[in-house]
Amino acid sequence: MINMKRRTFLKGSVAAGAVSAAVGAGLLTPRMVLAAWPTAAFEAGSVDSALDALAGAHQLEGSDKISIRAPDIAENGAVVPVSVTTTIAGAESISILAEKNAAPLTASFNLGPNTEGYVSTRIKMGKTSSVIAVVKAGGKLYSTGKEVKVTIGGCGG
Amino acid sequence: MASIKIRAKASDGVTTIKALIKHPMETGQRKDKKSGKLIPAHYIQEVTCEHNGTAVMTALWGPAVSKNPYLSFKFKGANAGDTVKLSWVDNKGESDSTETKVS
Repeated sequence: MINMKRRTFLKGSVAAGAVSAAVGAGLLTPRMVLAAWPTAAFEAGSVDSALDALAGAHQLEGSDKISIRAPDIAENGAVVPVSVTTTIAGAESISILAEKNAAPLTASFNLGPNTEGYVSTRIKMGKTSSVIAVVKAGGKLYSTGKEVKVTIGGCGG
Repeated sequence: MASIKIRAKASDGVTTIKALIKHPMETGQRKDKKSGKLIPAHYIQEVTCEHNGTAVMTALWGPAVSKNPYLSFKFKGANAGDTVKLSWVDNKGESDSTETKVS
């Protein structure tokens, strides 16, 4: 599973340069859901169960239309800058998961109809792990992963 | 509580929002070094950004977002002078919001 994602990422990183300038937001349909905070998703202990609670499914389809920008080596796991760009048309949400965190789901961004497929934030990572970006579009989940090495963990004391 | 620093810049019809929020983002897993007790969790759960009253982005955050969080995203359809409002709510029910004009 993880190896598959890595391979997808490698493919994706080649294509990403060309597509990142393209814009998919114009094709979005209006929708506005202000969901209550999904406690179960944020407390879930694995990527699959977090996605089940958040999106109702965990079947991920690798996509080269998502690119993650994160450091290869993060010296300080408490502050790992992560940017996700997607050119998938109709992207409804972008979620960022750190696979080996105690609770993998770190953040989920619900995008409005005119919002572009781009978010940037900083996350905490407990240890070296794969950072997974999951994009929801048209009822399906697309994902890409990137391995980030952490030298000092950012969770716990 | 001016806890939010926000900038909204429009260029070629795309507005880029960059925001910094001052917040401890305590996970609830850290221990106080002196007392050895767990520091209770205190983190932002929801960040909403509105453009002229319409939500353009709603972020759901867990405790694994870094302390003093940074957030950036882009949206279309705003003109210079439009109002962008950013607000957050944390797990203790505290909240803050700020408004800025697109430049």
